[in-house]
Amino acid sequence: MANLKTEQSVKVHTLPINKMTLWERLKKDRFLYVLLLPGIIYFALFKYLPMWGTLMAFKDYSPFLGFWASDWVGLEHFKNFFSNPDFFRLLRNTLILALYDIVFFFPAPIILSLLINEIRITIYKRSIQTFVYVPHFMSWVIIASISYVFLTTSGGVINEVVSFFTGKEISFLSSPEWFRPVIIGQVIWKETGWGTVIFLAALASVSPEQYEAAIVDGAGRFRRMWHVTLPALKSTIIILLILRLGNFLDQGFQQIYLMTNSLNREVADVFDTYVYFMGITQGAFSYSAAVGLFKAVVGIILIYGTNYFAKKIGEEGLF
Amino acid sequence: MHKMHNTPAGRVFDVFNHLFLLLIAIGTFIPFVYVIAGSFATEAELARRAFFLIPENITLDAYKYIFSTNTFIRSIGVSIFVTIAGTIVSLALSLTMAYPLSRKGLTGRTLLLNLVIFTMVFNGGMIPTYMIVKSLGLLDSLWALILPVAINPFYLIIIKSFFQNMPDELEEAAKIDGCSEIGIFWRIILPLSKPVIATFTLFYAVFYWNDFFNALLYISDSSKWPVQLLLQQLVMIANVDFGNMDTLLSEPPEESLKMAVIVVATIPILVFYPFLQKHFAKGVLLGSVKG
Repeated sequence: MANLKTEQSVKVHTLPINKMTLWERLKKDRFLYVLLLPGIIYFALFKYLPMWGTLMAFKDYSPFLGFWASDWVGLEHFKNFFSNPDFFRLLRNTLILALYDIVFFFPAPIILSLLINEIRITIYKRSIQTFVYVPHFMSWVIIASISYVFLTTSGGVINEVVSFFTGKEISFLSSPEWFRPVIIGQVIWKETGWGTVIFLAALASVSPEQYEAAIVDGAGRFRRMWHVTLPALKSTIIILLILRLGNFLDQGFQQIYLMTNSLNREVADVFDTYVYFMGITQGAFSYSAAVGLFKAVVGIILIYGTNYFAKKIGEEGLF
Repeated sequence: MHKMHNTPAGRVFDVFNHLFLLLIAIGTFIPFVYVIAGSFATEAELARRAFFLIPENITLDAYKYIFSTNTFIRSIGVSIFVTIAGTIVSLALSLTMAYPLSRKGLTGRTLLLNLVIFTMVFNGGMIPTYMIVKSLGLLDSLWALILPVAINPFYLIIIKSFFQNMPDELEEAAKIDGCSEIGIFWRIILPLSKPVIATFTLFYAVFYWNDFFNALLYISDSSKWPVQLLLQQLVMIANVDFGNMDTLLSEPPEESLKMAVIVVATIPILVFYPFLQKHFAKGVLLGSVKG
């Protein structure tokens, strides 16, 4: 009876729409379009207009002439960028940071969630989670500031310890060789705890019978972790790994900018920070827009490429 | 949970696992405790003791000093304004845009959705966006911290999916009762969406409070700096000479001052933390459901 009713109402509802002209349909939903309008203006102004504005990468933009009157220069800025040693420096820095990230950070939340999952005292588990989630909510400025307080050579806690044992201090904040370890250390501190949320959710759906079956088969704790818990995380791990590979060009601007200074710039610069320094600080607008466009185009190829690859190996893609 | 058979090796593992996780939890949180303790300590104590969690002499000097400077009070005011105004603008725009996009019969819906999704994978980039903000006359305006980032497309899509999953019967019944379209959205859909509104209020508020990037790009007038940018200038200049930065305070910032500013910039997050933890976890899981 109830089914019949909804079916009827759907029919009554849909039939006339098909017969309506476009104008009538727009008119019928005019309230919905009014609601949409502010959002559409937002996307047009701040998302699509800048896409069109990237054309300035093919111009020699001068603030005095404006966008229209500036001369077209074709691919000149791209040629300059690719023939500039900066290009290889940025690519190398980005790749090394991405590699460090995958090797040192990526496994951390997986290991932590396996360990948290082994705790069976609920309140203890909750308390641990509560503490390790905290840094995720802090801004990069807070994280970087606290890092400065701890790592500085003028009385920072870490350097007090280092000099107690070795008699020397380490300039973590300004030496090129310490830049990458500090960056990865910060990411581990800020995001490992929060990274467990998605894994622990996946583990919550593992049925207890699987564990019981493993126990009957004589599997100990570690065998159960290896053969039951870890496989339950497999598809989540693959999806996150693909996502990470898909946007490896996006090494967080805020974090890197905050930890960059004149002494470590050689290893610190990545595409986004370079765009900022060249464009906003030095006023090379067209050149830096070209660098930004290059990064965005490679980025979109990577995203679609990794998504295609994910589907190919039988995982669910992102879109 | 069900009882597990535990071998002696398993029991040893349990003991170590509990201890190890306790250390991880303490290690993660302790930097914040040190900074809070340091903000209440004297400069002499900070210089003398390498590490402590409770200061010997508790002093409010650092807080008295920062709250006596216009620079600091103003930056807190800016941050509070941007957080409140930004959250209201973002929620209003996201909710009003998500609702029509969730109506299946709407002409042009698929096109608009695809246009929104496209902005998640491709964007004009920093420089062209900067140019737009500049040509709108928003440089050095607090609205530059809000308008260019007003809608997060990810949040928009999640809210849209939430609206879409509401039973159609609600709308049908309201129509039969003579409720207008406006009435359906305002009196039926929105009140039923309280949990999702609460979640995204927190998402947007945390974003605005923590945002440093947009202030760095668009605000050069130091009297309009939010607290995050002020903190960056305060801490980073003292350690590394960037050259041409304005000095904010008449005397070079001392350790406890920096810590006090860190604490003030952190407090709103810690105060709302219990809500954040609950709603953010929900948001992450909402986000993993494809819409």
